[in-house]
Amino acid sequence: MNLTRRQLLVLLPAAAAAWEYVLAGTPEAAPTYNSTEHWWGMLLDITKCIGCGSCVRACALENDVPDGYFRTWVERYHVSDFHIENPVVDSPDGGKEGFPPSEFTGGKNFFVPKFCNHCVDSPCTQVCPVGATFHTADGVVLVDQNYCVGCRYCIQACPYGCRFFHPTKHVADKCTLCYHRITKGLTTACCESCPTGARQLVDLKNPNDPIHIFLKTHSVQVLKPHLATGAKNFYNGLDGSVR
Amino acid sequence: MLKLQDINHLLRMAAVFAIGLVLFLVFRRAFIPKSFGRYGHFRGDAIAEITARPIVYAGHDTCEGCHPNVADTKAKGAHVHVNCESCHGPLAEHADDPASVKPQKPDVAHLCVRCHSENIAKSQGFPQVNAKEHSRGQLCNACHQPHNPGLVQGARK
Amino acid sequence: MEGFMYPNEVELQWSVLIVLYPFLTGLVAGAFILASLERIFRVEAVKPTYRLALLTALAFLIVAPMPLQLHLGHPERSLEMYLTPHRSSAMAMFGFVYLWYLMAVLLLEIWLDYRKDIVLLSQSTRGLKRFFYRTLTLGSNNISPGALHVDDRAGWVITLIGIPSAFLLHGYVGFIFGSVKANPWWSTPLMPVVFLFSAMVSGIALVMLVYLVTSAVRKAPVDMNCLDTIAKYLFYTFIIDFTLEMLDLIHRIYEADESFRSLDFMMHTRLFVSQIVLQVFLGTITPLLLLAATQLVRFSPSIRKGMYSLAGFCTLIGILAMRWNVVIGGQLFSKSFLGYTTYKMGFATREGLGPAIFLTVLPFAMLYVLVKLFPPWYEPLPPINPSPSAD
Repeated sequence: MNLTRRQLLVLLPAAAAAWEYVLAGTPEAAPTYNSTEHWWGMLLDITKCIGCGSCVRACALENDVPDGYFRTWVERYHVSDFHIENPVVDSPDGGKEGFPPSEFTGGKNFFVPKFCNHCVDSPCTQVCPVGATFHTADGVVLVDQNYCVGCRYCIQACPYGCRFFHPTKHVADKCTLCYHRITKGLTTACCESCPTGARQLVDLKNPNDPIHIFLKTHSVQVLKPHLATGAKNFYNGLDGSVR
Repeated sequence: MLKLQDINHLLRMAAVFAIGLVLFLVFRRAFIPKSFGRYGHFRGDAIAEITARPIVYAGHDTCEGCHPNVADTKAKGAHVHVNCESCHGPLAEHADDPASVKPQKPDVAHLCVRCHSENIAKSQGFPQVNAKEHSRGQLCNACHQPHNPGLVQGARK
Repeated sequence: MEGFMYPNEVELQWSVLIVLYPFLTGLVAGAFILASLERIFRVEAVKPTYRLALLTALAFLIVAPMPLQLHLGHPERSLEMYLTPHRSSAMAMFGFVYLWYLMAVLLLEIWLDYRKDIVLLSQSTRGLKRFFYRTLTLGSNNISPGALHVDDRAGWVITLIGIPSAFLLHGYVGFIFGSVKANPWWSTPLMPVVFLFSAMVSGIALVMLVYLVTSAVRKAPVDMNCLDTIAKYLFYTFIIDFTLEMLDLIHRIYEADESFRSLDFMMHTRLFVSQIVLQVFLGTITPLLLLAATQLVRFSPSIRKGMYSLAGFCTLIGILAMRWNVVIGGQLFSKSFLGYTTYKMGFATREGLGPAIFLTVLPFAMLYVLVKLFPPWYEPLPPINPSPSAD
């Protein structure tokens, strides 16, 4: 094919632009990471959580979470008899240093770890006025802290209370599912430090993922299902009293 | 019958609006970040910025790569599934430069009880004790080897 | 904090500035609707307040974005809402509704109504003022009957478009709250409607008070027919507003869903003063009774003026309290329905009471400037001391 100089002059910039798009096609993660091949969620096993707070500490260290604010936290529930509409709940400093002895001697008592559910139909991304919070192709909800204007509408819209306003950066902040780790083949900091395996990352696009198999064979629930947020934190052994 | 001179001022106002609109569109072009909209309604560069965060927890695979003996010891005991950094804290810096970055020894007095102090909300099958009654003031690793926490030889029951 | 709250919920996110913002935009919408009564619905009686209502709306509309800017974590990035608006976000779309209302409705309508005065003032004043008015004429000095007729027709069309625009302006604010399914205190389809009618009530009350105060200051006679008509519209609108709020309350009590006990407790404790005392008794029942009395009994003009003033003032307190109860109230209870927090309002902080008070007073200062630049009075004042010669 014989290209005239004029044709080349037209084609070259177009080709350069196209090449740039090709290069930019995958986020700068591990060179082999393709976000469309994954769909991330998490399994929380209530029967295994001992409220040690390792996850809260690990998350804070991994992600520079400021004191008094929580990307993840653990709640302790006490349910007496059949009164699941009136649980007594506490979360001293988010459970960061574990829990003091309980004042209760009977009833149902258990721990519930909580954090961003990375909802498929998240109300937080719906209300962001500028597009600073968004979904990735692998199902993680992230915040662009260099674009967020700090209006805090997303914090109001989250039904689970998992977002907070960063006290020094003045932008919205929340769990990123350790996106900088999972795109490099590592697990999240909270799962890494959990001593009992109560927290397990799951790839819902991988049929051989043992946690994915667990989800398909056990009764699991999500928080606030009536709000239809498409939450991807699945709880095994969740009691009806959990808010 | 509308005379041009009578609507002249309206046409001038319309021109002001048109100029304003054009200026707005030009401003948009200039100031919207180039990577915005690449993957969706957000700044595409944000993903790269987020994934570029430094790793703080190395992950147990990395630890076991250099410390296979510890991994073998652990594999025989109850702490087999407790990852190294659960107790030893984040060690990515140490893994990157083992010679100059030394990990701190865990604070045994506070570390073990965080998991093992008895609490009604922990499941009954989980090993938990009243620390003061159980150890009578001694540190946990006087009788328990953390990597394989069964009782050490010679420890009193 | 009382009971249990999710750890990130203890601190309130939206402060008194976000209480102020719907209050200010509500006044804008309400003042404009009052002005449109004369223009579109030919209620001639309220003509004396037409220009005053428009200027009041403009003064408040200019100040309205200021509490938002103070509140934003990064106000320098606020233009992003115009550059990359997220179409599913009511807040983003509101930016354009505001811009539309300011430019295409309010400024245009004021310009068209005042154009003759602007042209005359551009010829009779000197210096900076002359430059200002000349710029506003856009170079056209045509104030012939033909041109003025064109202005009148165009103004009529703008006002017609302006009515749904005003509804949109404040209805959107209601939707911003009403569409948040995470918050049962806010989430109701009634929210935009309640916000809109309470806005109309507050706007009408404000214009009524401004008219009374400016007439007193200028020592000008008050057109009682005008005042009585405004009060009548205030009364009718208030009845609709009250009905809607009662409907919301009765519905909540009857359905008693999972949030009800928590919200009920909050209303009887944390919100008792602002909701029961200020909003309901002082801010709604009192003005309704005062206005009803004036409709049933023929009082003397001075007594009527006093009753209207008191009713108007109480109304404004009540509507401000309503905004407080919605915004702050919606953040005082936990989304776990198990606990409550308190609002720690500073004074001399960026989002404190000090800036809030300043931003409430500022529109009146702005109105003063607008009134000086664009006198809204239809009848010239009789000179008190004849001046020797025009300066």
